[in-house]
Amino acid sequence: MSSPLVTLDGVSVRRSGALVLREIGLRIEPGEAVGLFGSNGSGKTTLLRVLATLLRPSSGMGTVLGARLASSEVETIRPQIGLVAHEPALAIHLTLAENLHLVAALSGVPRSAADEALSDVGLSGASQRRVMHCSNGMRRRAEFARMLLIAPRLLLLDEAHVGLDPDASKLVAHVTAEVTARGGAVVLVSHERERAISIIHRAVEIRNGSLIEATP
Amino acid sequence: MIRHIAILFRAHLRDERRAGEVTLVIVPFGMVALLVVPMAIGIDTPLLDRIGPGLFWVVLLLFGTLVSQRQSASLSESRRDTLTLLGVDPAARFAAAAMAGTVLLTLFAVVAGTVTFMLYDPEIANPAWLGAILPLTCAGLAMVGTIATAVTSGPGARSSLAPLLVVPVSVPLLLAAAQATEGLRASAGILRWLLLLCVVDVILALAGVLTARPLEES
Repeated sequence: MSSPLVTLDGVSVRRSGALVLREIGLRIEPGEAVGLFGSNGSGKTTLLRVLATLLRPSSGMGTVLGARLASSEVETIRPQIGLVAHEPALAIHLTLAENLHLVAALSGVPRSAADEALSDVGLSGASQRRVMHCSNGMRRRAEFARMLLIAPRLLLLDEAHVGLDPDASKLVAHVTAEVTARGGAVVLVSHERERAISIIHRAVEIRNGSLIEATP
Repeated sequence: MIRHIAILFRAHLRDERRAGEVTLVIVPFGMVALLVVPMAIGIDTPLLDRIGPGLFWVVLLLFGTLVSQRQSASLSESRRDTLTLLGVDPAARFAAAAMAGTVLLTLFAVVAGTVTFMLYDPEIANPAWLGAILPLTCAGLAMVGTIATAVTSGPGARSSLAPLLVVPVSVPLLLAAAQATEGLRASAGILRWLLLLCVVDVILALAGVLTARPLEES
């Protein structure tokens, strides 16, 4: 039996004196897509940042892709984590292609793979357009192209469906399926529960920083 | 790490070339600042000759802060996160940003220096030495600005706090640069001032590299 990709045990996060996450326990198996729901300010994004190893827990233990949180081990597994944040991680003065080429160069992936990824998300015709002249939907598509390019083992999607029309929303399902089929895992935050339910295997809910198991 | 530095350095310069913040905004305003003083003083050639080099360094410090703090040099939280997850060492990010800042600041200094020579006509015995003084000073100012940007990376803090950090730390750089220029005017030795510039640059480079990760994780 393969080991879990994520284990959190009693993880709490305190920021500016306030407890944002309380005693979180979570286990995510390979091939699993987990939906994370909750109201604004409930701690969803904070939990995603902990899973992305970008935020150290104040207490508790856990592992992500086998690396212990709050240890230097996370540096080796970070390139296997993909994060699509609420705000696109794009340089606005560069073109969509240049942004993807930059990621490809830093990851040691050929530029042609970046062009392919843009084509896969339907942006090949707009690849030479500067990000500042792109719509929010195009920027989100470019973010998904970045995920296809880096092919993460753990994919974290914050507000996955924001800015995407129903047709483009299929991208979320497509990228999720790609990652889980490879034995990776996906954690998907969305306010659009109906759209998310069809993609995920399991749902969890956060209320006031505490995790509550729910069913799809 | 060197590959990452080279990639990010090119990306910084491409970003600036498109944004034009330095070439289209900061350089012209810097030149206006240099132009205003002769207009106020009038054609008092000896006075302009005396104050020209000092004014050049003041303009370089003030507008150099803007070059280091330009929008294209600052990364949004999501872009920082992406670079972290791609395995880019924070020290590589510091080096790339500081190198790009040095290039842009040197460009600014060359244009400002040319304008200073035209307007103030300072007597410099051996202008070739400026080829060493300018890049060393610009490198120091760029590193100070990059460190200050990292220290004040919280939202809203950059515009207010960064200049307060940059100005005092830049004092040894400007002191050495101004004294070296004065040495050229007086045909005196400037090697000790060049040495001071080199030492400060090395200290800033070490500080930037060693604090890059703690600053990111703080």
